[in-house]
Amino acid sequence: MDTLNSGYALLGAGVGAGIVALGAGLGIGKIGSSAMEAIARQPEAAGKIQTAMIIAAALIEGVSLFGVLICLMIATK
Amino acid sequence: MCMILSFVDKKLSNFNLFHKILFSIIVIFSFNSAKANGVEDSSKSDFVLEHVKDSYSWHIATLGHFHITIPLPIILYSANRGVEIFMSSNFYDSNHHSLDYLGYYLNEDGHVVSRDEVSFLNLSITKNVFYMLVSVLILLFLLIKNAKKIEAARYRSTTGFPLVLETLVLFVRDDIVMPNIGRNKYKRYMPYMLTMFFFIWLNNLLGLLPAAANVTGNISVSLVLAVFTFLVTNFNGTKSYWSHIFYTPGVPMWLLPIMIPVEIIGIFTKPIALTIRLFANITAGHIILLSIINLIFIMGNEYVGLISVPFGAFMLILKLLVAFLQAYIFTLLSSIYIGSAVSNDGH
Repeated sequence: MDTLNSGYALLGAGVGAGIVALGAGLGIGKIGSSAMEAIARQPEAAGKIQTAMIIAAALIEGVSLFGVLICLMIATK
Repeated sequence: MCMILSFVDKKLSNFNLFHKILFSIIVIFSFNSAKANGVEDSSKSDFVLEHVKDSYSWHIATLGHFHITIPLPIILYSANRGVEIFMSSNFYDSNHHSLDYLGYYLNEDGHVVSRDEVSFLNLSITKNVFYMLVSVLILLFLLIKNAKKIEAARYRSTTGFPLVLETLVLFVRDDIVMPNIGRNKYKRYMPYMLTMFFFIWLNNLLGLLPAAANVTGNISVSLVLAVFTFLVTNFNGTKSYWSHIFYTPGVPMWLLPIMIPVEIIGIFTKPIALTIRLFANITAGHIILLSIINLIFIMGNEYVGLISVPFGAFMLILKLLVAFLQAYIFTLLSSIYIGSAVSNDGH
């Protein structure tokens, strides 16, 4: 029973890590695509757009890393 | 349009073919290894976490059954026994079995525990502390030596490493600190920001070396760095910064009981997010890299190395980028937080 439960926990950690990667990928992909469009429209503002893009990506990454951390804690417990 | 689509389609089909081959290779290898060793050895997966964790001795390499380990000093302080300093090698005999020393021993998690349950303060120079001190010495040596060179060549251009350093310092000033803190006030925060940037970057890079300690990937280290930013932000907060927290202008009176707690939580989430971002990025990178290399040992098949070694090399190059990016983001977000606290324009 105990091995079954810890197996479920590991499964949960794995599935959770996958969903985290999915969400972060969607979010950062959206930021990247918008930033690309913006730079294409206004190449002279590329530097400013890049900074704003990195900040937004860092915020999303921060949230997704919370998820990764929880998955890690489950997997290594 | 149609031509482009067919071209993309062709590209995709090539891609799919490549993936199919890769996938089938992996499947074949995993079947091979399943036949080779039916019983999973848990020590193989412990190897990854051992490299990420802190410890009392610096394990460099294992050749056969011989461990190359540098013992580090353990410093304990307890009220009745005073300060006790001894080397961590006292905890092991020549066959690497655990031993008691002065009533202390190392438990399974690698923590020092007292047999008599004496409460004590552990101020040991662990692997991370030792590595951090080394990195601080490197940083001081490189920066002071080259700063003197730049100073001496005041009105002439420098060459070589001082020039690289000057470029980096100017990058931090012009792209990170000045736009976010403001032209009038940035000078005061430059030493702090440069220290943060170079400390985090150097420790990220040193963490990539073989047998290195995982300094910035230790949550205590990143927490202390984030607390510094927290203190600098709040001690330099202007009247307008505090008024935005406790009496946000333009917000109706009845909304304030909701707004004030939210703003107060907001003060504390910033350093927590900084902590987790640095710690999780660096640790996750180490775990991924070690896991990829560890695949060879888990599957017990040397041909897996044909895939995992190039992929590991790719991850290592990616981690070189991440090492810089995390130092950049930490400094950037710190300067944004400080900039929002010291600005007087009401935002």
